Amino acid sequence: MTSRIKFARVFRLGGALLVGFVVGCLIYGCSGAKPVKAASLKPDKDRHTAPNFALKDANGKTVRLSDYKGKVVLLDFWATWCGPCKIEIPWFMDFERKHKDQGFSVLGVSMDDDGWDAVKPFVNEIGINYRIMIGNDSTAESYGGIEALPTTFLIDRDGKIAAVHVGLASKSEIENGIEQLLQRPENAPGGAGSVSLPAQYVGAK
Amino acid sequence: MPLAALVACLCLPSMWAQNSPPQVTADAREKVAAKRGASVETKIAVSIPPGYHINSNTPSEAYLIPLKLTWTPGALEPGEVVFPKPQMEKYEFSDKPLSVFTGDFDLIARFKTPAAAAAGPGVMVGKLRYQACSSNACFPPKSVEVRLSYQVQ
Repeated sequence: MTSRIKFARVFRLGGALLVGFVVGCLIYGCSGAKPVKAASLKPDKDRHTAPNFALKDANGKTVRLSDYKGKVVLLDFWATWCGPCKIEIPWFMDFERKHKDQGFSVLGVSMDDDGWDAVKPFVNEIGINYRIMIGNDSTAESYGGIEALPTTFLIDRDGKIAAVHVGLASKSEIENGIEQLLQRPENAPGGAGSVSLPAQYVGAK
Repeated sequence: MPLAALVACLCLPSMWAQNSPPQVTADAREKVAAKRGASVETKIAVSIPPGYHINSNTPSEAYLIPLKLTWTPGALEPGEVVFPKPQMEKYEFSDKPLSVFTGDFDLIARFKTPAAAAAGPGVMVGKLRYQACSSNACFPPKSVEVRLSYQVQ
């Protein structure tokens, strides 16, 4: 086989790979949401403030994200018809039990169109131990559209989104993320509502 | 060899995109010739992108939303919808296999043409409601419009 023939074959293969990739991107889209590992928390500088919301819980009480300032929050968008969500919910109940005394809360936002008629029986059957609210389009939009369920946000004590996981995650990955966020004490400098200022502005000499 | 590489690359972006909702399509395969006073049936071609599944018309769990085809009232009287045999597939998120459809398949939609129907062309409009999932995420139920052209004879 001459080197020219070899070169032509390699060139054809490379061309096919490139065409396949481009066509594949055109068909399926290259910008689709990609799974994000919950364990890989974003660096502080890349975290954006989690949008506030006011949603009713099963008792008709309004739940605002801002009420949880200073806490680490796991915000779970889910639905009763979502199989992967049903795998994660018992994990979240476990996290709530284990970490609630460390300044941690789980909030579940159901995206069921049928509202409490669908959600209440499920919540009662499973015995969910954290607050559940019924979501709406505007809340979903403010969190980027929530196209896939479950979508789980880990929110740090400053109210900023530290991790997002789209789809079924691994329990240990999510818990690792929670434990990392809980390492910062509730009232530590740089915690909720505080702003880091250069030393000269806080009286240091 | 280049063909295999082409196929492999076509599949690669589909794996990335599986946390975005799938574009399910449902199209009538042919124009229906409907004789007054007689029954008629036609095939509806359904296509689900690779990497996704939709619940069958008879889901194996009560909480799952079934596949359903409905028609808005028109000149033809909708009858039975015949679904293919579902596949039983096991997913990471389910202890038991689930009754689902994947890929391309046909539904059969049956109609009766009233004896008093006016002769001439028309379009029946239907909705195929489905709820799709990938192997690790699910997507809110959606409806896709089905348009069926007919000619009453």
